[in-house]
Amino acid sequence: MKVLVAVKRTLDPYVKVRVKQDQSGVDLSAAKMAMNPFCEIAVEEAVRLKEKGIATELVAVSIGSDKVQDQLRAAMALGIDRSIHVQASDELESLNVAKLLHAVVQQENPGLILLGKQAIDSDNNQVGQMLAALCGLPQATFASRITVRDGWAEVAREVDSGEQVLAVQLPAVITTDLRLNEPRYAKLPEIMKAKKKPIATFTPAQLGVTPRQHLNVLSVAEPPPRKAGVRVASVAELVDRLKNDAKVLA
Amino acid sequence: MNVLIIAEHDNVSLKAATRHLVKAAAAFAGTVEVLVAGAGCQEVAQAASRLDGVARVLLADHDCYAQQVAEAVAPLVVALMDSRQVLLAAATTTGKNVLPRVAALLDVAQLSEIVAIRDSRTFVRPNYAGNVLVTVESLDSRIVATVRTSAFEAVGEQQSAAPIDPLDISHPQAQSRFVSASTLQSARPELTAARVVVSGGRGLGSAENFRLLDGLADKLGAAIGASRAAVDAGYIGNDHQVGQTGKVVAPELYLAIGISGAIQHLAGMKDSKVIVAINKDPEAPIFQVADYGLVADLFTAIPALEAAL
Ligand SMILES: Cc1cc2nc3c(=O)[nH]c(=O)nc-3n(C[C@H](O)[C@H](O)[C@H](O)COP(=O)(O)OP(=O)(O)OC[C@H]3O[C@@H](n4cnc5c(N)ncnc54)[C@H](O)[C@@H]3O)c2cc1C
Ligand SMILES: Nc1ncnc2c1ncn2[C@@H]1O[C@H](COP(=O)(O)O)[C@@H](O)[C@H]1O
Repeated sequence: MKVLVAVKRTLDPYVKVRVKQDQSGVDLSAAKMAMNPFCEIAVEEAVRLKEKGIATELVAVSIGSDKVQDQLRAAMALGIDRSIHVQASDELESLNVAKLLHAVVQQENPGLILLGKQAIDSDNNQVGQMLAALCGLPQATFASRITVRDGWAEVAREVDSGEQVLAVQLPAVITTDLRLNEPRYAKLPEIMKAKKKPIATFTPAQLGVTPRQHLNVLSVAEPPPRKAGVRVASVAELVDRLKNDAKVLA
Repeated sequence: MNVLIIAEHDNVSLKAATRHLVKAAAAFAGTVEVLVAGAGCQEVAQAASRLDGVARVLLADHDCYAQQVAEAVAPLVVALMDSRQVLLAAATTTGKNVLPRVAALLDVAQLSEIVAIRDSRTFVRPNYAGNVLVTVESLDSRIVATVRTSAFEAVGEQQSAAPIDPLDISHPQAQSRFVSASTLQSARPELTAARVVVSGGRGLGSAENFRLLDGLADKLGAAIGASRAAVDAGYIGNDHQVGQTGKVVAPELYLAIGISGAIQHLAGMKDSKVIVAINKDPEAPIFQVADYGLVADLFTAIPALEAAL
């Protein structure tokens, strides 16, 4: 079975977010970038499926500027066999990303498509569900356990009430949650080998997709800061403050 | 513009989130209808019909909607969007699962977790774990949005209940099958609707120690929350996780105990009205958002606090 993994380049989750002076967006000019953490988990899951003999070929795809090739190389260093880079803006809307991924799915015919549940920049949590809709495929979002058997994937999903288990017929779209696995680190020989693995490049036009603008960003601003708090010296003072100043305790 | 709301429910009861959705829907100054899709969910429809401002309830009661799987609910909703301009669902795992599928089928964008409605096309939503707020205008013919319910008030009840229209429709599908679900048996208030939340982090040290929060939560009538580290370490189930990838809460009072205050955790609680932090590390970032910070060992502070209440 061929597995397709969608990988997004995002701001490193542990660095501070800075808004541009003119409020047009977040300043990424000198920022440390990384693979979206949920995509790392998707890559790891794909690699494990190959190690178990379930997957036979692993393909990563990323949509964005030439810089996304760094994340494709990183994915290949972890065990992805080859990559596809779709050249586009780094700020493409989720629906356009889903349309481009749909075109890639039609070209590649994977048996399973893995995505992160959410990109930690836009916090959209949309592309997997949209892709499933466009492909007419079943979806299992927020996966914390995946078992592939007899043409179906049984997926434990992290839902608000705890856990839900769904079985989806393959091919299917699965999006990863944090507890699905713990991604490994790439070893130096694999990083070297990944430099020779192929990356095929496409334009949206070559895939027959014309991205369309649906949203217009008017401003990007920092939320108002919370007013400074106070340190209390003891539990007794804390209770007194909560009762008499904040009035949140009777 | 006419609004369709997808009710948040578990076939048995209507969730409080729906009350907040109706409030958000009022901003569009049109007719507000609520879709209840489920199986054996008649009582949910009745509860929805009593919410203030609801003009009509559409009831899709069929086995194929029992688990509200996206493959069945999405085509149902798409069919209903012919004559309506706005679609809202709560930013819960159900809403997040279904709505993007609907948006793609309608060929429109989806707005995730809106926190404010400026006008009927302009919305505010967080990005980067709430580190930035984006004001965005939709250019689409229809608005499809998930709503961060903690950012909107709840509506009350109306004098006379709205009519309930049963829909004679079903979307059985064979591509996905429900296997099982965990059921919650907590006597505590729901995390996202609680007035007080007591949350614990890695500082609690073990699943056994985590139970120390129970007594405190009992006294405060609080729900119990947790950091991702606490959930990952197995101290408590994932349904208690607060943060960027867990639940977003905004209670009157939030107590963060043994939680360092990583941005991903703050994303889920920093809009709480009053925040208390108890941590032995005076430099912990949680103190930057706390209204009241107590530098102390939690193993002495928790029993003392419980005794003082
Ligand atoms: C993509 C992504 C998504 C994430 N999503 C979430 C999310 O939704 N929610 C979330 O919470 N995290 C999330 N995280 C993880 C987050 O970055 C932090 O790792 C996590 O919040 C840390 O949890 P913690 O504060 O319990 O643990 P720690 O950071 O280890 O903090 C433990 C704290 O306990 C204090 N402590 C220890 N012992 C005592 C004692 N005896 N008395 C008092 N204090 C004590 C310590 O001083 C310390 O401050 C996410 C991370 C990523 C990359
Ligand atoms: N530009 C992109 N290139 C490749 N995959 C993407 C891109 N944007 C989003 N994705 C995938 O979709 C997932 C969810 O993203 P989102 O819906 O934008 O939050 C990510 O974790 C990726 O797997």
